[in-house]
Amino acid sequence: MNIQLNGRLINTQATSLSELLIEQQIDVACVATAYNGAFVPKSQYDTQRLDEGCQLEVLSPMQGG
Amino acid sequence: MFYDFEPQSRFLLGTAGYPSPAILQQAIAAAGTDIITVSLRREGAAGAAFRELLTSLNIRVLPNTAGCHTVKEAVTTAHMARELFNTAWIKLEVIGHADTLQPDPFALVEAARILSAEGFQVFPYTTEDLIVGEKLLAAGCELLMPWGAPIGSGQGLRNIDGLRAMRAWFSDIPLIIDAGIGAPSQAAQAMEMGFDGILLNTAVAKAGDPIGMANAFRLAIEAGQAARAAGLMEKRDMAAASTPIFGLANLS
Repeated sequence: MNIQLNGRLINTQATSLSELLIEQQIDVACVATAYNGAFVPKSQYDTQRLDEGCQLEVLSPMQGG
Repeated sequence: MFYDFEPQSRFLLGTAGYPSPAILQQAIAAAGTDIITVSLRREGAAGAAFRELLTSLNIRVLPNTAGCHTVKEAVTTAHMARELFNTAWIKLEVIGHADTLQPDPFALVEAARILSAEGFQVFPYTTEDLIVGEKLLAAGCELLMPWGAPIGSGQGLRNIDGLRAMRAWFSDIPLIIDAGIGAPSQAAQAMEMGFDGILLNTAVAKAGDPIGMANAFRLAIEAGQAARAAGLMEKRDMAAASTPIFGLANLS
């Protein structure tokens, strides 16, 4: 299916958030995520399903003022 | 006290816009700061180096909600920050307009209420407005961060009388000047007025020598704090001789 990952349209075989992070080789320890604008805690990565066209934000610590 | 934390330094430093991670690290050391601000962003080119730096520093991080324009964006960002940085602290910015970067006080108070109720320790970026300050305290904030001037403008304390009134009105509440400080003299002035801390970023990050400027701000903030503690003299309209008249020779 096609989803938006950090504003980028991607095609994925993953059906859950945890599968997607593995597929995209994203280190779970270094990120926090939001699904369609709502925070998803790490404890729910396995159960968070992905839907066609959903918007996923995967954010990392960055410099800030 | 900033919530449960007693800082040794009153200098809070932003981490954005430095020439390199190495210069940032040395600027943090030169600033002598206990608290640095950080953000959450989509992974960029310098992400790994910054994470390494964060783990190597034994220092409190204050995640921000920079760039958020709505209550929902700010609250979601705070949730993500709490998990990622393992802290209840959040520098709450809810921006009213992308050009002015002026806080939206209505959304700010609402977001502060939600986050405080969820156990966050909120550092709200606000204006010198006393009623907004009251509402933020009622929402659960235990400190306030009034702007000196618009973010990144370097104008210093643009409304000195308003900030002085705020200091007097909230006499027992920690007040940190956040944003708009461009020169060490402005930071010293704020500390002399009795503010509890200075949060700045651009003035150090964009200096010709960020490490030297971090040191200059450290000295200025310490000087202002010491001067406040020592008790500043009152201004007078007229001159007052400091050398005694008694014992003056008659040489006419």
